Parts: sequence; structure tokens; C-alpha cells
Amino acid sequence: MRLPPQPGELIDRSETVSFRLGEHELEGYRGDTIGSALFANGRRVFSRSFKYHRPRGLLCCSGHCPNCMMTVDGVPNVRVCVEPLREGAVVTPQNVLGRLDMDFLSVVDKVGGPFTPVGFYYRTMIRPRRLWPLYEKFLRRVAGLGRLDEHAGHSRRYDVEHRRARVLVVGGGQAGRAAALAAATAGPGVVLVDEGSRLEGADLAGVEVLARARALGIWEGNLVPVDCGTVLYRFRAERIVVATGATEQPLVFPGNDLAGVMLPDGVHRLIRDFSLRPGSRAVVISADEHGLTAAEELREAGVAVRRVVDLRETNVRGIEAQGKGGQVRRVVLDGDAVDCDLLVVSGGRQPAYALLAEAGAHVEYDPELGVFVPTELPAGIEAVGSVTGEGLERVAAAPAYGGQGKCFVCICEDVTTKDVKRAIAEGFDSIELAKRYTTVTMGPCQGKLCQLSSVRLYARERGVSQAEIGTTTARPPWAPVELGLLAGRHLEPTRRTSIHFRHEELGARMMWAGPWKRPHSYGEKPEDEVRAVHESLGVIDVSTLGKLLVEGPEAADLLERLYPNRFSDLRPGRIRYGVLTSDGGRIMDDGTIARLADDLYYVTTTSTGSDAVTAWFEWWNAVWGYDAEIVNVTGALAAVNLAGPRSRDALQRLTETDVSAEELRYLDATEIEVAGVPCLALRIGFVGELGYELHFPSAAGEYLWDRLLAEGARPFGLEPQRVLRLEKGHIIVGQDTDSESNLLSAGMSWLPKLDKDDFVGKWAVEHFQERDERERLVGFTMEEDVVPPEGAQIVIEGLPAGRVTSARRSQQVGAVIGLAWLGPDRAEAGARFEIRVDRRLLGARVTHGAFYDQAGERMRA
Amino acid sequence: MSFFLPCPHCGSRPVDEFAYFGEVTRRPRSRPTLRELTDYVYFRDNVAGQQREWWQHRQGCGEWFLAERDTRTNEVISVSLPEPQRSHEGSDLVGSDPA
Repeated sequence: MRLPPQPGELIDRSETVSFRLGEHELEGYRGDTIGSALFANGRRVFSRSFKYHRPRGLLCCSGHCPNCMMTVDGVPNVRVCVEPLREGAVVTPQNVLGRLDMDFLSVVDKVGGPFTPVGFYYRTMIRPRRLWPLYEKFLRRVAGLGRLDEHAGHSRRYDVEHRRARVLVVGGGQAGRAAALAAATAGPGVVLVDEGSRLEGADLAGVEVLARARALGIWEGNLVPVDCGTVLYRFRAERIVVATGATEQPLVFPGNDLAGVMLPDGVHRLIRDFSLRPGSRAVVISADEHGLTAAEELREAGVAVRRVVDLRETNVRGIEAQGKGGQVRRVVLDGDAVDCDLLVVSGGRQPAYALLAEAGAHVEYDPELGVFVPTELPAGIEAVGSVTGEGLERVAAAPAYGGQGKCFVCICEDVTTKDVKRAIAEGFDSIELAKRYTTVTMGPCQGKLCQLSSVRLYARERGVSQAEIGTTTARPPWAPVELGLLAGRHLEPTRRTSIHFRHEELGARMMWAGPWKRPHSYGEKPEDEVRAVHESLGVIDVSTLGKLLVEGPEAADLLERLYPNRFSDLRPGRIRYGVLTSDGGRIMDDGTIARLADDLYYVTTTSTGSDAVTAWFEWWNAVWGYDAEIVNVTGALAAVNLAGPRSRDALQRLTETDVSAEELRYLDATEIEVAGVPCLALRIGFVGELGYELHFPSAAGEYLWDRLLAEGARPFGLEPQRVLRLEKGHIIVGQDTDSESNLLSAGMSWLPKLDKDDFVGKWAVEHFQERDERERLVGFTMEEDVVPPEGAQIVIEGLPAGRVTSARRSQQVGAVIGLAWLGPDRAEAGARFEIRVDRRLLGARVTHGAFYDQAGERMRA
Repeated sequence: MSFFLPCPHCGSRPVDEFAYFGEVTRRPRSRPTLRELTDYVYFRDNVAGQQREWWQHRQGCGEWFLAERDTRTNEVISVSLPEPQRSHEGSDLVGSDPA
């Protein structure tokens, strides 16, 4: 099979590599690609086509066409012609029912023609509508590319790396290498990207070579993502040199997709790189010099070249390739049949301008060369070599189509000349529209092998010049890319509090709360944790609260204008609840604001709101320019909420400061030492019992936690806290409110002080006051012991009338309680409504105010 | 979007480091009509061309600043720190997220 050793061959004949194709154990040499090894083993059919399941074989051998796509070690759509052979690789064919040589679905090719015309999926499978799921299932089974291995899991890890280059050269051909070497004489920072493997380990003085790497596109700011297998380099280059060369184009004639029809480069690579004889009897049809060179190479390799047709000299009116079993057997030239098993076709070379076009270059038809060339390159981008059209020769006009059988314009998507003609007849006369309708150029080759053919066909059919037809917009990615590479490594930064590992040691069930990990509860019974807070003493880690210091002579003015309620009259040492709204009236966040000194406020935000609130504060202060500084100390400080009737006694045992009811009143803030740790103590009552929030340096987190537990505090998690706050009717912004809620509808009409000159959201509140109320947030108790899910629908007299935002079972209240949005006419205390849970309607009654300790005596105690 | 934006403090940095807060709008000072309020909160000029807009170097120094940018080419013509506007007369220049 192999030729005698060739100069410069890539294979190492002293080392064999074994691999599998389905059930067959096969061997190749070190240095082979999977494709060349399969070819050496006599395999000629590599894949089945997208739509018609036609047998396809090696065409370009350059990693462009879809013909050699197979599944390798579970990864679908690998182009085996450029995939290096590895020991033990498992190769399987894809898009096949049966075997590659006998695919049962190829029946589509026999009978499907009339039933699968261009755009058939837009019109033949739309009725009856209810059958679409069936159609879809069928289409997905018979058409398409490889299948993902859904059980593969995380078989590979992908990474993204940000890099800089002074000069980035794309394309390692002669021109690219010369450009890289020239750039390297001016200093370091030159990177050469080449998709082939020939430059692997090559020594180019001062140039970093990335072989088997693909530049996926050029974005603004000279951003070039480079696909290196499992690493995506995001290059920022001062200067980009595009040397992507020109791509050989196929010819369009009946049977042009048979296995055994090859491009000159494919022939060249098989002979030169892998010492393989591409066939035994060859015919060459060429519109340029390349085909003739290939004919020469074939002769040297001992192939009988039966006929060479130079389309520049010979006027051929009709070409037809005929085959058997999907492989070419003879070619008929104007009625003259020539037997062959290899048909080399060359339709000229088209500059691979896609990257340049993405960067903003214009693309124009060059009537001299008969191809499209890039012009007017943007600043910072250069092109060298044949991508500019340089060195290309004029190609002969492509021969006419005729004869029987399908002529493929686009082998990726199985689009024939007939499909394109039909699209034109249907009125898709612009190339951009026709592209979308026929899907020509939209397959895996991204137009590399079909763009020019389709433009030529269009021009001919419409009787206009190719310049007038123009090209379609080039878009990235230029080469297929694995989705994993675009997604990068799964990196979701987790925030943990300084007490996190104590929670784990206590066996807490952890849950996500925004970017934070927080304890859901510490045992199977969150209700026991609730009871501990009500009856004795509990402690919860609230380090996740956002914490901001606002300091400066005008700190009060800034807060006064940011919050709807008043903060200038807040006395140092006192705390007030605050809600942030936008100018549209949307409730953004809530928290407590403690005034620590005349010019110093301590603001807490919700756990997920700290970054947004910080940015919001800083932005408004950039607008107004108050003399105040905003510092986010969220990570620097830990915080715990010590709550329950026994919390005062426990705190007193740990501090020398008097924390009696007279000295540390409800809504007082003071700095005290607790177990030797300097703390800011805030007496507030989110959970409805006597309680103290202690804010202190994170470094002391575990220490103070341990000391509080030693005083008998029972840890409670987020779930019990949600029950506790619901019993008090305290809302959670973002859960009980949404972008439609405002201060009035959420039951906080007491909060905005409209006599203030200005605050963010003031006008919205004024306008809300004037318009009819639409919805109101109310409490409810269920008649049955069923907890409705969040978002459950409220039904009154058979019509939707609202929704549930929170619901929990409360042992303290002795019922399932919750919050819900209702129409104002239905929101009277005691009014009955129904909630849809699964398929049942369950009764509930409206309540107002807290469910528990309505007067708030327990937290004020 | 992958252009470079010059931060007034840190110099030219990739745009991924910045937060965008929309075109500069005018915030009414005295009580607006419902129509004026709606215009301010929800309507944007959305020009194809040069516009003034708010940016924050969120993953850098944190500074809020104004940029003149051509929305068609992403060319940044100039950047500046905002002038404080504290008077209650006239109207404030604010950004696009007051909704």
C-alpha cells in the first residue's frame, strides 16, 4: 500500500500504532493521521453525508471539508484527515444506520430527492402541527452530524488564557513564516499560529510557534481567539499579519461528491506526507496549474494518469463522474468515458479572506483572477501571500453542468445545483437570502469550499456578473470550535464566610445564596432551630450581609438623598431601617443604617445586594459630588445574629459593657467588646425576638462563634430564619418584591418622606399615590396544612387574581402562613381566596401585619 | 464588544473590566409630569453616532467617569471625571438605569 520512503514524509515506519475502527483492529505508523492510517488500510468511504447519507471519502485532506468527520474517543465531528493517530484510539463512523459501506438511511438518497427539496423543513413538515414532535425526532435521527456522548461527563478540561503579542501572524506558509521572521528581528513578542502540524517544534528564530492551532476570528481591539485544542488563547495583538493563503476549490458536476474525487492538495498530502498512493488510475481536470502539478506527482508515485484535461485550453461542455458503491469508477467527458478510481479536480484557488473581512476589510471580485480578493485593510492589520490574491493565476471558466445525478454545490449541507436553481426561481435572488434558505456555506466548512461555487452558479443562473452577486458576510468562528472551549473551565467563585468550616463541622446542609454558601439548617428539623430562637437562644452567621461605611462631612446629605426616609435626624448610636428605590420607583434593596458618629454611617445591605448597592452609592455620589466616602467592608467583617429571649443574658456574660434593656435599647448601635473581640453591636430584630447583630473582624469569626455556642446558643440556618421572618411579615426584597412592586404596594407607605426636597424615587412615589392601586402585598393563612410553592396562582371565582411569593409552616402560629400579591379590592383582612396547588384549589384568608407578636413586644423587650 | 477604553486613572484597559451605565440622561429637578418622568426613566436616545455615557472601572480602580463614544465604531473620543452638580435648579446628568 505504502510507496517507498518519500523525502520529507511525516511517518516513522519503525513504529506502528494500533487503533480501532468499530470492531476492526488496525495499524498505522507514528506520524500518521487517523485519516491517512485508515486510507492505508484500504478504507475509502469515511462518512455519510448530512442529508442524503451518500458515501463520502477524503477530498481536501486539509481539515476543511466535512467528508472525514468521525467520532474519535467519544468526541464527535473530528476531522480525521488532520487528527494525529494515537495508540488505542477508538474511531467510530457517525450519521450512519448500519455500516459505513451499507447505510440503511442512504435510502433517502434514492427516494428522498423529490421529497426533500430545498427548504423542505420549512414547508413539508409543518402540518399537522401536532405531529411536529414526531417529525423533529425523525429528522434529528436521520440528519445531522455526530452525537454527543451524554455520559462522558467532564472528560476534558478547557481553559482560557489571556495573552498579548506584538505581532500575531496567522498562517505558517511561506509568506507567514517570512513575515514572522522579519517581525522578530525588531524584538520579541512575535507569535505564529498555524493549523497544520508541520511547524510543531520548528525553530523559527525569535518566533513563538503555535502549531495545530486555529485563529477563530478577529474582533475589535485586535482580539484574536486561538483554538489550541483544550486551551483558548485570547490574544490581543498590536499588529496582526494574516497569511491564511488560498483554498483550493472543487468543480461542480454530476457525481462530484463520489469517494475518489479529490483536490490536488489532498493528493499532494497523501503522497508527500504519508507516502500513500491515492489511486491506481487517475483522471485530472484542472482550471489552473495546480491540477497539472498533481498529475506530475501522481505519475512519479506510479499512478497511471489516464487523462489530463486543462480547462484553460480544452473546452469541455459536460463532465460526469459515475461510480459504484459510492466510489468513482469512470468519468465521462463530453460523452467520452474514461475508467479511473481517482478523479483530481481543481477549480482554482480562492483567497481565504474570512479573517480579514471580519476585521473590516472589503472584499471585491477580481475579474482578472476570477476570484474574490480583500481590499482596504483596517489599520493594524496586514495581509501577505496568496490571501491577497498575489501569485494566483487566472482560472478557466468552470464547465457547464449536465448529465444525470446530483451536482453538489455544498457538500457539507448536501445542497445541489437543482436546489440553488429552485431557490432562485422562488425569488431568493440575493445571495444573503439564498444562503439562509438553501444553507449553502452554513455547514462545517463555513464556505471554504462552496462560497465561490455558489457565487459562480448564481451569476450564471441570473445572467449577471459575479461582482454583482458579491459575497456573504464573513462571521466568526472561521473554523468549527468545541463548545467546551468557548465556555472555558467551569469557574463559579464561591464566597465562604469566615465561620464556614464551623458550619460544616456541625453537619450543616449548605445551600447557595447568590455567590455565598450558607447553612440551610443544621439538622433534619429546622423547626427545632426555630423553637430555640423563640424559647431560648439561637445564633446565625450573617457575615454575608453587605456592609458599607459612609463617612464624611456630607455623609448625611448623601444618604438623605439616596433613601426615601430621613437619616439626617438620626442620632448617633441609633439605627433605622432603610429601603433603596430607583427613580422608577422599583424597590432595589433594604437594610439597616446605623449612625455611629455625626459624619459616619454603617449601612447593611442584603446578602446579594452589596456590590450593586456600593456601585449605586458611588455612582450617585459621582453625579452629586457630596463630600463623603463609601467603603465596602463586607469581606472584612464577620457578623452573627444572637437572638432569643436569653440573648441579653448570654451577651452580658461575655462583655463588661452594660447591655441591659435601659442601656442598649431596641435600635441602639454601640461599640462593645465581646469575649475580648471589638464588636459593633446592633440591636435589631429581623427574626422577631430580642436579638443583637454583632459585626466584628473576620479573623475572629470562628473564635467568637465558638464562644457564643459555649454560652448555649443553638446555631440556626437560613431556612429557620425564613420561617422566623415570615412570622413577622418581614419581606425579602427580590423574593416578595419584583420590578413591579413599589413602596406603596409593598405596604410601606409610611416610609417615604415626601416633604424632603429630593430623593431617588420621590416622583415615582408621588405618581403612584395618584394612580389607582393595582396590587397589594398581604399576608395569608392556609385553611389546610399544605405549603403552596412560591409563585403558586391565586384564584378567585375561577379567575387568576394574584400569586404567592413566600409560604412556610409555622408551629408558633399553628398554621401555614405566607405572603401574596392580590388585587386591592380582595385584600381586606379576613377575605377568602383560593390557591392552586397541583390540581387542587386550597382555601386561604388574608391577614394584615405580623403573624406573631403583632405589637413587636418580644423584640423590643 | 472587545474594544479598549481609557480609564482616567488607569489608562487604556479592555472593556471587559468596565461596567456600562448607559447614555447620560437629564434628571428633572422639580416635580415632573408623568410623561416627563416616564421619558426620563424609560426612554433613551439610542443614537447611532457620538454619545456621552457613564462607565465605571469596576474591576480596576472603581472610578465612575464619562466617556464620549461613537456607538457605530466604538471609538472613544474622550473621557472625563464628572463635574459635581449639586444645585437643585436645572437638571442632573444621570445614567440609564434609574428604572
